[in-house]
Amino acid sequence: MTASVFFGCTFIAFGPAIALFLFTIAREPLRVIFLIAGAFFWLVSLLLSSLVWFISVQISNKESAAQQKGLLIFGVVLCVLLQETFRFAYYKLLKKANEGLLTLSQEETMPISIRQLAYVSGLGFGFMSGAFSVVNILADSVGPGTVGIHGDSQHYFLSSAFMTMAIILLHMFWGVVFFDACEKQRWWAVGAVVASHLVVSCLTFQNPEYVNSLVPTYVILLLMGVWAFYSAGGSLRNLKLCLTCKDKDFLLANHRPR
Amino acid sequence: MDLPSNKWIVHLLVCCFVVGVNCNSVDKKIYVKLNYTVSCVRLLNATHQIGCQSSLSGNVGVLHVLESEDNLDWVLSSGPNPPYMVILESPLFTRSVMMKLKSGSSRVAGVAVVAPNTNPAGAFSPHTTCPNENSGVYSETYDPAMANCNKTVWNPLGNGLSYEEFDFPIFSLKDDNDTQVIRQCYLDHNRAVNGSRPRYPLCAMQLYSLMFAVTDTATCMRRNDINLSINPEMVCDPLGDYNVWASTRPLNNTAKGHKMWESAVVAAARLDSRSFFFDIAPGAQSGVSGFVALLAAAHALRDVVQEAPPNRTILYTFFQGETFDYIGSSRMVYDMENNQFAVDLDNIHSVLEVGQVGLRNDSKLWLHTDPVSRRNDSVNKEVEDLIANLRLAATNLSVTPEVPTASQPLPPSSFQRFLRARPIPGVVLEDHQSAFTSRFYESMYDNAEYLNVSYPPNLTPEEQLRFVTESAKALTEVATLVARALYRQAGGAETQLVNINADSQTVTQMLYGFLVRTNNSWFQQLIPSDFMSHLTNRPPNLYVGAVQQSSEPTVLVQFLMANLTGSTVNVTQENCQNQREDENDKESRHMYIYMWVQGAVPPNSTQRQGFCVRSTARLSKAVSPAFDLREFTSKDYSTWTESRWKPISGRIFLVASHELEMLTLGVGVGVLLTSLLLTYVISAKADILFSSGREPTNATY
Repeated sequence: MTASVFFGCTFIAFGPAIALFLFTIAREPLRVIFLIAGAFFWLVSLLLSSLVWFISVQISNKESAAQQKGLLIFGVVLCVLLQETFRFAYYKLLKKANEGLLTLSQEETMPISIRQLAYVSGLGFGFMSGAFSVVNILADSVGPGTVGIHGDSQHYFLSSAFMTMAIILLHMFWGVVFFDACEKQRWWAVGAVVASHLVVSCLTFQNPEYVNSLVPTYVILLLMGVWAFYSAGGSLRNLKLCLTCKDKDFLLANHRPR
Repeated sequence: MDLPSNKWIVHLLVCCFVVGVNCNSVDKKIYVKLNYTVSCVRLLNATHQIGCQSSLSGNVGVLHVLESEDNLDWVLSSGPNPPYMVILESPLFTRSVMMKLKSGSSRVAGVAVVAPNTNPAGAFSPHTTCPNENSGVYSETYDPAMANCNKTVWNPLGNGLSYEEFDFPIFSLKDDNDTQVIRQCYLDHNRAVNGSRPRYPLCAMQLYSLMFAVTDTATCMRRNDINLSINPEMVCDPLGDYNVWASTRPLNNTAKGHKMWESAVVAAARLDSRSFFFDIAPGAQSGVSGFVALLAAAHALRDVVQEAPPNRTILYTFFQGETFDYIGSSRMVYDMENNQFAVDLDNIHSVLEVGQVGLRNDSKLWLHTDPVSRRNDSVNKEVEDLIANLRLAATNLSVTPEVPTASQPLPPSSFQRFLRARPIPGVVLEDHQSAFTSRFYESMYDNAEYLNVSYPPNLTPEEQLRFVTESAKALTEVATLVARALYRQAGGAETQLVNINADSQTVTQMLYGFLVRTNNSWFQQLIPSDFMSHLTNRPPNLYVGAVQQSSEPTVLVQFLMANLTGSTVNVTQENCQNQREDENDKESRHMYIYMWVQGAVPPNSTQRQGFCVRSTARLSKAVSPAFDLREFTSKDYSTWTESRWKPISGRIFLVASHELEMLTLGVGVGVLLTSLLLTYVISAKADILFSSGREPTNATY
């Protein structure tokens, strides 16, 4: 296809992430640092899983299709587990770093709350994983052709872009839920995050039936979004207040010093 | 591969680790690369550019398989999805179709011609009707009546396509799986049923053949000299290679210029050919038949010129680049005039040229002469003698030499370049009386099949190599005639003539080597080991090519000439490769060429037994003097250059409709704007949204 497809897919995949970055992160140097650190942690997890994959492919029998399929499933599961492990490691690291920051800073409160950290690190994970999923496809979308000469669906680029958007947002929500669960030591919630990550990853085995993978993914995205909203301190009341524009009174009621 | 996911990521990384950049599975889902792509390339001369080219990023067009000439309407006016990439079956690759496409080139992205596996029944010659019109001897000053093929149109079937300029790429495809994929793709996606618009996605093709040079040789040679960077970017190269020459008596090649008491009979043939596409130039009739006959004649003369040497030397010359305004012969004549060659023009006694001799009707061979120089009595007498010698040589042979009408000019031949310098007596042997008999002059069909070099089925390559075909037998007769005539012309005794016989086995092996596959056991024995990698399982390309690239047939002919006329000498490999008989020998290199060839494998061994061949088969430069003189607008010498190009390739794929592309872009922009707006609102009201009693809202949110 052409440049229009390239830009269209880029905007779909990274539009929400870019907007979030611009309005909530770019202004705060500390958040930018934590975002990049999060992205780095995700990269390290990918490096480890690809090492394991590299070795296992060398060992496996390349002729046997069943074995290769099994290997692929194994690779996906391993990759998801490693990513979540690194999320936990990053959480631990941030806790330590936050304590250090607190002792350094002259102020009484922490310069960044653990909720904000959760959101920023989740977005960092999302950015990197989204980039790795879609950059190659985007590179090919600039060319004159579209997928389909071997009978595949021509909506490949579009659905890839939507999938990437979902994955980026999911990483963000997972980050919020995961960190909150760790804070409150609700291990079942951590398990739910890992499980939903596994489910979303395995849903892509449904491809090229894109509807079968995209629809459940977006359902999970919606659920995770609601959950993350509540874990981040949101509530139906707040939402109502916000929508009915009673925030002015609310502001006064909370007498925030500005 | 499927959608982006972790498995995809893992796969991508593995790909990068293991295979490198090429393992891009998305690319494979989109594109089918064409394996066999032969393009037409751009050539330039003093005034024109010819050939084809694509745009910088390759030309993309929707496939259209042209079924008949009427079908052109769809491409040129009525089709709804221009530009079109036109797939032509070879019967439609005609001048009228191509010119219509050329004139409507805003709707034509390119053309791919499907080359058939068997030759067509009709005629096809993309060359001009009057080959080398302006560079032969027949100019307005020489004889106005004969200029520009006024008397005889030599190639009446020529449609001149090779000399047209197209601003879209033209490729040749083999009729195989690739082409089947293209046809299927066309049928599945692009075929308009009952005149309705075909629905997207449509099947399309992209052809890359970007040419660097434009306008003419003077322009591109000037651009070659602009050195803006450390690595100068060349845009074009002169056409040229090497002539092969040998003599029956060794001539001192270090002392150039006139040789006292030396008188030479030149036996000439041309080495090259061309076709519309640069990579396929089999030239069976136009090139191979002539030089194989001359090689066989030289072989037949090997022993007799040692045992009963004639008075004169026979100088065998094989000219390269003759198709492009006589590059090889004009250079040799130029060198002779400027004392840059082992002999000069005063040493030349007469010329006997072997032209196209592969297709003889009624076993006749036509002796063409130049009527203008024969107006001089002394020249005329020499020519009459030469014709008499040829007639004498033909006794007891099944070949009958005949003389066409005396007023007919010479056909396109290297001898014309000698005549341009001075009136040397000479004869050109051809299989046609006036116009060419060849139906496929300078086309890709001028191949083994056209020359009737065919073998019974179920023969192994080794058996095919040894099998004496009828064409080989016929060509052997011609070779014998040439050999005997040369011997007589050089002043040899008439009694020796019966001992001169060309070997049909050698001829058939040469035909096999040059028309079927160069990689055969016989050629392998005759070449040095470092040339082995150049042998292939297909016939060599006789297109002369740019100077920098050595032309395969040239070197092969030199090796064959060395082996067929030279002698095996007992010299060590080291001395042989240093061009000497022994450690103290410093003189032999001026007279001989030594080659260490790899030889055959003895029956009870696995190692080849190499040996040293001493011969007079040398190479001499075949680059047009125009490039040495830097006269890029020369009217006397060939000015052909070949443009440089980016790698030539082609691929097919589907294209999506403009609507879908715009939809994607629109959705993308929509998503971006919505998320910008939403994020702005949420982040502005974050403190309300995410406020709970437990954690105090932070000023930073």
